Amino acid sequence: MIRSLPNSRRYLYSYKLYMGLYFAFLFAPLLVTCVLAFNDSQFPYLPWNGFTLEWFTGDLPERVGLFHDRMNLESIWVSVQVAFFVTLLSVTVGTCAAFLFEQEEFPFKSALYFLMLSPLVIPGVILGISILLFSNTLGLYFEIRWGIDVPLFRPGFWLVVLGQFSFIATLVTLVVSARLRKFDRTLEEAALNLGANRFEVIWHITLKFLRPAILGAAAVAFLMSFENFNTTLFLVSSDTTLPINLYLQVRDGSTPVINAISFLLIVGTSLMAVINLYFSRKQK
Amino acid sequence: MTMNRRFQITLPLICFLTPVLLWLVLMIVLPHMDLLRMSLRAEDDFGNAIWSFSNYMAFFVEPIYWLTFVRTAVYSILVTLMTFIVAMPVAFYITKVVAPRFQGFLMMLLLMPFWVSELVRVYGWMILLRESGVINHFLIRLGILNQPIEMLYNDVTMIMGLVYTSMLFMAVPLVSVLESLDDSLIEAAYDLGANMGTILFRIVIPHAMPGIVSGSIVVFMLTLGNYLTPNMIGGKNALWFTEQIYNQFIASFNWNQGSAFGFLLLALSSLVIWVGLKLTRQKLSRVAQ
Repeated sequence: MIRSLPNSRRYLYSYKLYMGLYFAFLFAPLLVTCVLAFNDSQFPYLPWNGFTLEWFTGDLPERVGLFHDRMNLESIWVSVQVAFFVTLLSVTVGTCAAFLFEQEEFPFKSALYFLMLSPLVIPGVILGISILLFSNTLGLYFEIRWGIDVPLFRPGFWLVVLGQFSFIATLVTLVVSARLRKFDRTLEEAALNLGANRFEVIWHITLKFLRPAILGAAAVAFLMSFENFNTTLFLVSSDTTLPINLYLQVRDGSTPVINAISFLLIVGTSLMAVINLYFSRKQK
Repeated sequence: MTMNRRFQITLPLICFLTPVLLWLVLMIVLPHMDLLRMSLRAEDDFGNAIWSFSNYMAFFVEPIYWLTFVRTAVYSILVTLMTFIVAMPVAFYITKVVAPRFQGFLMMLLLMPFWVSELVRVYGWMILLRESGVINHFLIRLGILNQPIEMLYNDVTMIMGLVYTSMLFMAVPLVSVLESLDDSLIEAAYDLGANMGTILFRIVIPHAMPGIVSGSIVVFMLTLGNYLTPNMIGGKNALWFTEQIYNQFIASFNWNQGSAFGFLLLALSSLVIWVGLKLTRQKLSRVAQ
């Protein structure tokens, strides 16, 4: 049953078999995607025609590798920029929210807390369309009322940033709150008694204590933004992010360039996962 | 939180409250009120915008709309159930059966695929399963098949894809809730002669209930609102409700109808989550942690 009890051999073997199958199921699509990025073929199919790096470095008319593929490189750059601003915004606001809900008292606090959690249970598609609608309504209002055209209210870069921020900030709040709850408030009181004001205490003491949680939350926020699809789909215009761009390419038929991008994404995110895990392990 | 302490407006409170209020009001409350407002607007015969329930009426009158809605809901529940059945033994193995020194490694293996974009994972399944895909290639090589068969674009594959996509959100809460289960409870039950079924249903599952509920809520919500996986693996036959919303917004440019669909989806997901919480007597704020 469990490790401290006697278990029959059949039980252990069949359990190991199940776990083996589960991990095969988990990794099969990723492994195949990676392997086919190096196949010397025009399509991401088997048979194996030999190893090539051309889908990364190639610059032939019929085989444009990733590093020469303007459109894909640009979408990667757009995604990086979006993720940067989303991270900045959601870490700032999320940390404020953590302080607000952990350390401040005000009327309707629990109602506001509930509202802060709600993006967790709103499907991303709905979040996308309602922000699209609202920005459109605002844009129309500004144009009719004052005759100003505000580019922010049209689908595009900043609307994508705001749309992703609206739910990623909740995750940051939860991560930072969890750490803030463990903070020993007598440290703050001591600093206050020694003549520091509230903001000096937060800056020099509390934020130092929160730093690992804030960095971890920033990493998660960056990744979530980088790979968001559902909310972005409705808010994007001509400057497409990487997931949207990949989606459009896969829909129209695929080339091994997509495998090459996927390979880099898989390697990159795995590295980030290992680093994140290493640091969170060290913290404990 | 003491009730008798009077609250005062201090500078820190204002500094923390302002950005949070801006975020929640501008990005969450007002957009969803606008969604509701748009869903209740329609054009009359003269092209003037009026208040009307016609968008909601269209949903109930056209069978394709509400059938897709029901289908999406039923499949989402099925996916949630299957995710639980697949993930539960995995979580139990990692927390209770495997030697402790392998735990960290297995946990990392479990999490790793989900750091990768959903699109990449779905794309991987497409390469594996399509007519010219890797699995067909091996089946023909081994002589099991004479002709390649299309394994994409059917319900079974679509459900498998959805289970795969949302697996993490079930496995992680289950692992954390099983970690807090004291082994000695299971040992005691075993010593007293309980069999595996009894231990599972009388000890493990009742203890794991908070994790099961929070995992199920997240998986259900994500599956219901998923666009990518049904669209790419299910193809034209997916008939997923988010596609109807997308079509109304992007293809037909009928934003009022799309808003009504969006609001219905939001209502359904909120309702199921509320019922789930009520049935198990839990609070959203606890589940979120």
